[in-house]
Amino acid sequence: MGRKVTINDVTLRDGMHAIRHQYSKEQIAELTRAIDDSGADIIEATHGDGLGGSSIQYGFSKESEEGIIRTAVENAKNAKVGVLLLPGIGVIEHLEKAHSYGAQVARVATHCTEADVSEQHIGKAAQLGMDTVGFLMMSHRTTPENLLEEAKKMESYGAGTIYVVDSAGALTMDDTRKRVSLFKENLSSGTEIGFHGHNNLSLGVANSIVAIEEGANRIDASLAGMGAGAGNTATEQLVAVMNRMDISHNLDLYKTMDAAENLMKPMMERPVQIDRLSLTLGYTGVYSSFLLFAERAGKEYGVDARDILTRISEMGAVGGQEDWIVGVAQELAKEKQNA
Amino acid sequence: MTNNKIKCAIIGSGNIGTDLMIKLMRSDILEVTALIGIDPESKGLKKAEENGLVAISNGIDGLREQPEIADIVYEATSAKAHAHNAPILKEMGKKAIDLTPAAVGPFLVPSVNLKEEEIPHLDNVNMVTCGGQATIPMVKAVSDVLDVDYAEIVASISSKSAGPGTRQNIDEFTVTTARALKEVGGAKESKAIITLNPADPPILMRNTIHVKTAGSAEDKKAEIEASLEKMLGNVQEYVPGYRFKADPVIKGDIVTVSVEVEGNGDFLPEYAGNLDIITSAAVKTGEVIAQSMQKEGVLK
Repeated sequence: MGRKVTINDVTLRDGMHAIRHQYSKEQIAELTRAIDDSGADIIEATHGDGLGGSSIQYGFSKESEEGIIRTAVENAKNAKVGVLLLPGIGVIEHLEKAHSYGAQVARVATHCTEADVSEQHIGKAAQLGMDTVGFLMMSHRTTPENLLEEAKKMESYGAGTIYVVDSAGALTMDDTRKRVSLFKENLSSGTEIGFHGHNNLSLGVANSIVAIEEGANRIDASLAGMGAGAGNTATEQLVAVMNRMDISHNLDLYKTMDAAENLMKPMMERPVQIDRLSLTLGYTGVYSSFLLFAERAGKEYGVDARDILTRISEMGAVGGQEDWIVGVAQELAKEKQNA
Repeated sequence: MTNNKIKCAIIGSGNIGTDLMIKLMRSDILEVTALIGIDPESKGLKKAEENGLVAISNGIDGLREQPEIADIVYEATSAKAHAHNAPILKEMGKKAIDLTPAAVGPFLVPSVNLKEEEIPHLDNVNMVTCGGQATIPMVKAVSDVLDVDYAEIVASISSKSAGPGTRQNIDEFTVTTARALKEVGGAKESKAIITLNPADPPILMRNTIHVKTAGSAEDKKAEIEASLEKMLGNVQEYVPGYRFKADPVIKGDIVTVSVEVEGNGDFLPEYAGNLDIITSAAVKTGEVIAQSMQKEGVLK
C-alpha cells in the first residue's frame, strides 16, 4: 500500500513525560542503539516538552539538552536524530544549538489553531537544511477544515511534512480519517503527512493505520508505547499490524518486540497503560502529559484526579498549561469542603 | 491644571496603541494629542480621529513634520521599528516610553523600580512585556524576603488578544521577559514561557510564577505571604483587575504564585488583561515622567 512508511520514534521524547524527564545518558544510549538497530528511521530525543522544556513548570531533565541530543546522535548509526520545539517554550537559539549537536530533523509544534507562531522557527529549521516538520497538537480541538488552514500556513513557512497530532488521544478513527484525507487532497503533492497518536482510547494503532490508508507516510511510535498518558502507538504492535497488512516499512518485528520487553518495560516508573486516569484524558480530550500532574494534585488536595481533568477540559486548557492543575485542585477541594 | 498637561503621542495604531490612547484620554496629567500609524485605513487611526486626536498615517516622518505635537512619545509598534525610531526620538529631544520588546532603554516596572528621582535622567524607558509586567512584581516580592536563585514564569493569554506582532516575534517575548526577571525581579537565573489559548469565551490573562529561593521559603512563609500581599496592592493601584488566581503555594524552597488580570475593557474586552497591564504601566510611567517635567518647568 502506497509509499514506504517512515517511523519517527518518540520513546526518548514523548517517553520523557512518563519518566518525568529523568532518562540518564546511559539509558538514552542503550535505547538509541536498540531503536536504531530495529530499523526506525528517525529518533526524536529531547525533554518531553521539547527544546527549552526543562523547567519547574514541566519538570527538570536529568541530563542537559546537549547531553541528551549528543548521546542520541553518537549512538544512532542509521537513524536521523530529531528534536521537538514548541514556540513559546523553546527559542531559535535552542534550535541552532540542537542542529550543531547533530540533530537533523526539527519538528515545530503549536496548538492546532495557532500555527502562525511557528513561522520564524520553521523558517530557521528549513534554512539550516533540517528535515522540517510542522506539528499541529491537540488536533481534535478544531474542525478538519480549520486544521487544514493551519497546515497550509506551516507549509507556506517551509515545512516539508505536516502532522495531525492527537496529543490527547481523543480522535476516533473517523476523526483521524477526515483530517488526514483533507491534508492529502489539499496540501502540495510534495508535502508529506504524518500522524502522532496516543493510546488513551485504545486507538493508537488503529488511528495510525487509518492515517496510512488516507495517505500519511510518517508515523510516530515508541517502544511499548512509552509516552505521556496511556502512551503513544506502540512500535512493536504497529509493526505487527503493518506486516499483516503488507504496509512497507524498515523495522524488524522481533527486534522491536525484544527492545520493548527487555529494555523499555523494566525502565518504566509507572506502567504506561490505559487506566481510569489515562482513559479520562482521551475521553475528555486533555493533553496527555497532564496525567502525572493531575494524579499528584489529586492526592495532595484530596480530590478525584478525574474531576481535575474534566474541569481542565471544560476550561479549554492547551498543551503546556500544566500550571492550571493546582488551581483547579484547590478549587475542587474548596467546593468539596463547602458542599 | 488642564493647561499644564504634558503632551504625548503614540506611535503604533494596533491593539496596544489604541488601548493606550483610550487610557491616556482619562489622564489628569497627560494630554494625548496624536496617534501615529502607517495605514490610514487602520481601525486605530479612525478611532483617534473620532476622538479629536491628530491621526498621522506616515509614521515617524509625520511626527518630524510637527515636532511640537508631543514631549513624550509612546512606542507601540515592534522591536524592529523602535530600534529605528529610538535615535530619532532622542535627537528630537522626546522622552520615549517603549512598549515593544526592543529594550533600548532600561526596563521599568512601576510597582518595582519607578523612582521619581531617577526619572529626569532617563530619555528612553522600556516596559518589558505584558508577561513581565504581570510577573516581575511577584518575583520582587519574594526577593525582598529571600535571595532568588531562579524565577520562572508562565503567561497564558487568549489567542484573540495576541496580535500579529506578538505572534511573529514570540521569541522576543520569552527572551526579553526572562532578562527582566533577573534585572528587575532580582532573580539569578530565569525562564519565561508563553502559551496562547484559543478557548471561547476567551480566557483572562493568567500568569504562574515559580520562584526557587536560596534557603527554605517554608521557614519564611508568613513574611513571603505578607510581601506578596503588599506587592499585589501596589500593582492594583494602577491595574485594578490584577489579583491572585490561586492561593500561593510555598513548599521547601519553591514559591508558586498564580495571578490573573482582568482588563478594563477599553479597546478589547475584559479578557485582554495582557493589554491592560502593559498599557496601564505605561500610563503610570508617563504620568511620573510628566510630573517631573512639570516640576522642572516650575523651577525654570
